[in-house]
Amino acid sequence: MKRHLLSSADLTRDEAVRILDTADELRSLADRPIKKLPTLRGRTVVNLFFEDSTRTRISFEAAAKRLSADVINFSAKGSSVSKGESLKDTALTLEAMGADAVVIRHAASGAAHRLANSGWVRSSVINAGDGTHEHPTQALLDAFTLRRHLGELDGRSVTIVGDVLHSRVARSNALLLSTLGAEVTLVAPPTLLPVGVSSWPVQTSYDLDASLDKCDAVMMLRVQHERMNAAFFPSAREYSRRYGLDDRRFARLPEHAIVMHPGPMNRGMEISAGVADHARSVIVEQVTNGVAVRMAVLYLLLSGDPDDSFASQQATASAGPDLGATQRQATR
Amino acid sequence: MTSYLIQGAAPFGGPAGDLLLHEGRLSDPADAPPAVVTIDAAGLVALPGLVDLHTHLREPGREDSETVLTGSQAAAVGGFTAVHAMANTDPVADTAGVVEQVHNLGRLAGYVDVRPVGAVTAGLAGQRLAELGAMADSAARVRVFSDDGTCVSDAVLMRRALEYVKAFDGVIAQHAQEPRLTEGAQMNEGTMSGVLGMRGWPAVAEEAIIARDCLLAGHVGSRLHVCHVSTAGSVELIRWAKSKGWAVTAEVTPHHLMLTDELASTYDPLYKVNPPLRTADDVEALRAGLADGTIDCVATDHAPHPTEDKECEWAAAAMGMLGLETAVSVVQHAMVDTGRLDWAAVADRMSVRPAAIGRLGSHGGTLEPGSPANVVLIDPSSVRTIDPRESVSLSRNTPYAGLELPGRVMATFLRGRPTLLDGKLQ
Repeated sequence: MKRHLLSSADLTRDEAVRILDTADELRSLADRPIKKLPTLRGRTVVNLFFEDSTRTRISFEAAAKRLSADVINFSAKGSSVSKGESLKDTALTLEAMGADAVVIRHAASGAAHRLANSGWVRSSVINAGDGTHEHPTQALLDAFTLRRHLGELDGRSVTIVGDVLHSRVARSNALLLSTLGAEVTLVAPPTLLPVGVSSWPVQTSYDLDASLDKCDAVMMLRVQHERMNAAFFPSAREYSRRYGLDDRRFARLPEHAIVMHPGPMNRGMEISAGVADHARSVIVEQVTNGVAVRMAVLYLLLSGDPDDSFASQQATASAGPDLGATQRQATR
Repeated sequence: MTSYLIQGAAPFGGPAGDLLLHEGRLSDPADAPPAVVTIDAAGLVALPGLVDLHTHLREPGREDSETVLTGSQAAAVGGFTAVHAMANTDPVADTAGVVEQVHNLGRLAGYVDVRPVGAVTAGLAGQRLAELGAMADSAARVRVFSDDGTCVSDAVLMRRALEYVKAFDGVIAQHAQEPRLTEGAQMNEGTMSGVLGMRGWPAVAEEAIIARDCLLAGHVGSRLHVCHVSTAGSVELIRWAKSKGWAVTAEVTPHHLMLTDELASTYDPLYKVNPPLRTADDVEALRAGLADGTIDCVATDHAPHPTEDKECEWAAAAMGMLGLETAVSVVQHAMVDTGRLDWAAVADRMSVRPAAIGRLGSHGGTLEPGSPANVVLIDPSSVRTIDPRESVSLSRNTPYAGLELPGRVMATFLRGRPTLLDGKLQ
């Protein structure tokens, strides 16, 4: 593994598969009475959140704690950041506190990249969403969820629908799912597809109905309220009619196809309540999987030898529920 | 006053010869007085002192990033003998009082002729015209007017400004940026902005304004100057306007002749600039436009910013980059070493034409005896690695840090007095 996780583009296929395989092993922890591993005991993970995102933060927090890391939550609200402290000074402060990993969420695209490459901190940096750029752990948890339901992703067809232009989830997924061999189709009104999307490793379409018949999974993106009055589309109702996944469209999906959403949902806008709550909707499971995937990322970034941490973990496995035991269990 | 005999320099890159700088003017070398100081300039190119149509000196208001003195020194190091100081200071240079203050600070500094640019609209607010006539009639004798940093986007206001400055042979230098198309824009809109998730700055936002302004200038018969042209489409529009015979001129910055939007992938705000760095195709079109004269001149858009305004996340950072001290090197790299301009043409694009656009009679001369002794000596064989710490500007935001660039300014003379000698500021 590299030292940082900033973009899905940083991951080779092997690295991505390794994270997903590791997450698979760690996922089984969720079903055990004691959910904790000693792996990152004594290490410090800082959740540096300049934007409110309770779900992502608690997912990282749970992941770090299950690996026995110490967790510091640093939220921009109520901190010195709201008094105008710069990203640099915040980073230097965290560095002085001895952070081993910084999980950063920021409204500016590239903020995680900046933190990792500016020389301000020595810790690993994990991008937990930077502006309208990327959100790689979301893509990993989506890939993980897809794999659990569909098996290997080679040749699988995934349709991502909605505000691709402003979506870090769409960017990260387009890159990662393509790396993993899936055929990705982005569906959006022309106003919400970025200029230059033709250079992405994906298909694009303006027509949701034409994209439903063959897909193995549909991922609906949240439409932010601030887009609704900025002439990207005439009205929320028109958007919903043309790009919403309603019960009628859902019925046209292949029977094995699953429905995903990174949350939080606008029920009745991009997704109907009936679809959101359907048995083939895996939206709640995505949240559970998020913890396992983030554990895998933290584990692989922080646990020493980049080439094979598993072997060394097994060799030094102490008593108690350690990862080696988990792995043996998982491979039985 | 010391006289200087420059021996063996190549005027305009032609055959080597001698130049005598005597009593503030170029004189016949045969008339050198006995006490003349001789400068061995073998291998150096001699050009008339460079003229920058687009410089931000930041004073008054942001003396933490640059002052008239330090900016003038940076200009001298870069081979300039005259700079046009942009109006977006605090207070804005929109009255006779402010432009005279900047003009006086320039005279006190004494490194270059500082020609203040007057704001087109009061407070750069785009609402009503500033007192253009008062600035023109002031001791600063303003001829170039610009709201640079913002666009005079109101078509009626732009038309009136173009018409009004005809009374004193002024020119409106437009910062072409359609404001609605560029709200929150961070970088060139294209493949890179899509990948990087940054708000795009479409080429059409520049081109739409240029097209409109060319039509307005043609309609009212006024002089229009287009600041920092950055797209291939803009070059085409200006070529078309010139073919109509309209009085349209344009400038390109050194950075737009060399750097592309690929650099934004570093998310390092050193590369954040207005207008944004564009694509390699745009760079090619700008070089071609400068070579064929469609673009009249190179102007630096020297834009100093303090460290903290660049040492941050991209979206929070200030737009702009240093340019005075590296302009000649970048032009040599992009235009001379590629065979697109010879040194005579460099003199045309960096001295003669900008002086003509700014109506600076004593600059952009011929190096013939009798003309003002504004001279720069350039060593084209020198190669240097750009070190921001060596800059005499108060700021360090050069995008060329660590790059190896050709050419070095060895000496600059302002009316016969050296401001830079042997590569050292005087």
